[in-house]
Amino acid sequence: MSDRWSYYGKGLPYLPQEDWPGWLVVMEGADGAGRSTQNGLLKEWIEQQGLPVLDTGLKRSTLVSKEITKAKAGNLLGRTTLSLLYTTDLADQLENQMIPALRAGYVVLADRYIFTMMARDLARGASRSWLEQLFGFALKPDLVIYLRTSPEERLHRALDKHETLDFWESGMDLGLAADRYTSFLKYQALLQDHYERMASQYGFATLDGSDSPHQIHHHVRELATRTLKGGGLVAAT
Amino acid sequence: MATHKRGHKYPGRLIVVEGCDGSGKSTQVYLLRRWLEGNGYPVFFTEWNSSELVKSATKKAKKHRMLTPTTFSLIHASDFADRYETLILPHLQAGHIVLADRYVYTAYARDLVRGCDESWVHNSYRFAVKPDLAFYFQAPLEVSLHRILVGRPELKYHEAGMDLGLSTDPKESFRIFQGLIKQQYDRMVSRFGLTVMDATKPILELQQEMRAIVMVDLADYGNHHVYKALEQVAAAEELAPAIEQQTEHAPVAAPATEGGDEK
Repeated sequence: MSDRWSYYGKGLPYLPQEDWPGWLVVMEGADGAGRSTQNGLLKEWIEQQGLPVLDTGLKRSTLVSKEITKAKAGNLLGRTTLSLLYTTDLADQLENQMIPALRAGYVVLADRYIFTMMARDLARGASRSWLEQLFGFALKPDLVIYLRTSPEERLHRALDKHETLDFWESGMDLGLAADRYTSFLKYQALLQDHYERMASQYGFATLDGSDSPHQIHHHVRELATRTLKGGGLVAAT
Repeated sequence: MATHKRGHKYPGRLIVVEGCDGSGKSTQVYLLRRWLEGNGYPVFFTEWNSSELVKSATKKAKKHRMLTPTTFSLIHASDFADRYETLILPHLQAGHIVLADRYVYTAYARDLVRGCDESWVHNSYRFAVKPDLAFYFQAPLEVSLHRILVGRPELKYHEAGMDLGLSTDPKESFRIFQGLIKQQYDRMVSRFGLTVMDATKPILELQQEMRAIVMVDLADYGNHHVYKALEQVAAAEELAPAIEQQTEHAPVAAPATEGGDEK
C-alpha cells in the first residue's frame, strides 16, 4: 500500500493508499505478564517526549464488545463465533480508531493484537491457515513487544491479584483438567507454545517478563526509541 | 446436480435458497418446507441474520451506520457462525434436513460488492460445509426490482446499499446495488454449482421443479433412526399430552464425527 505501511494479508482493499505519519506499537503476552504496567509506563514516557498516544486493546470496540462480554459470561458461544466476534471487534477499532489516529500522527499503543487472538484460537484447535487469512486485514505494527513469562509465574501473579483463577484464563472450556489449577497450567503452557512460535514468525521483540518492572521498562524504552526514531521525531534520552 | 459427491459427511441434508431480494426464494423455500414436513421428514429452517446474540449488535451498528465493508462482513460472519455452530451443524449431525434461506453465497455477493477481497471473504466462511443443493432464483433485474419497489414506501439504508455511495436516491441506489449483487450471483453459478431456477416462472411450476430436484437428492436419504425417534415422540405425545414440550428433542443418536468442516 505504501512504503511505510503494509498488511498481513489482503488488507483493506477499499482504503486509499496513504502514508500515515503515526506509529503502531503492540504489547503482547499472556494475562499476568505485566502488559498493562508496561503500557502505562510507555505511554507516560512517549507523552513526555511530546507525542500523542492512543490507548487501545482487545474488546474495546463500541460495536460488539458488549455482546462478547455477555456471551462469555453465559458461555453461550461456539468457538468459531467467538473468534469472529473478537475479529469484528478488532477490525472495528482498527478502522474507526487506530487508522484515524495513525493518520493524525499518534503513537497507537495496542494492549494485545491479533497474536493473542491467534494463540487462544490455536489452543482451541482452530486452523492456522484460516486464522492467518482471517487476520489478513490487520496492519503490520512497527514494533511488537512480547513479554515472556512462565505459566507458573503467571499462576502466582493471578492468585496474588485476583485470589482466584479465571474460568477463561484457565481454559476451562477446553476440558484439559477437572480442576482450575491443573487446567490453568496446561492451558497457559499451550498458549506459551503458540506465542513462542509466533515470536519468530512475526519478529517479536522478546523481553523477559520476570525482570523487575523498572528493568523491563528500560528495555521497552530502548525498543520504542529505536522505532520512533525511524520516524525521525524523537530524541532518545 | 450430482447426488453422490457430497460436500459433507453428515447424515443430514443441507438445502439452501439464494437470489436477489424479490426473487421469490422465501416463498419457494416455505412451500418446500411444508411439503417435506407433510411427508414426515425432520426439517429445520433457518434464515440469514437471525442469531439472537449477534442481532442486537448488527441492528445497532446499522442504525448508527458504524460499519465498514470489513466489519459489515465480519459481523455477518459472526451471526452466521453462531447459527451454524448452534443450529445448523447439530441438525446435520443428527441427520435432519436443514433448509436455509440464504447461505454463504449471500455474504460472498454482498461483501464483494462492498469492496472486500474475494479470497478473504471465502476464507472467513471456510468452516461451513457445502450444501447438498443450492438453488439460485434468477430473475431479470427489472422483475425483482418491481416486486420489491411496488408498494414499499421506504428502503432501509443498507438494504438499498446506500453505504456504497452509489447514489443519493435510495431507489436508484437499490437498483444499482441489486444489479451488482445479481452480477455476483451469476458469476458464482458455475464455480459453486448453483442450481439455477428461472424465477419468472409461476410459483406452482417452480415449486414442482424444486420438489423434483429435491426428491432426487433425497433418494439415498435413509435416516430411519430419525423417523423412528420422531415416531416415538409422536406416540409419547399421544399418550401423555401433558409433556408436549419435548417434540424437538427426540433421543436421536448423533454420529460421533468431528472437525470435518475445515478444508
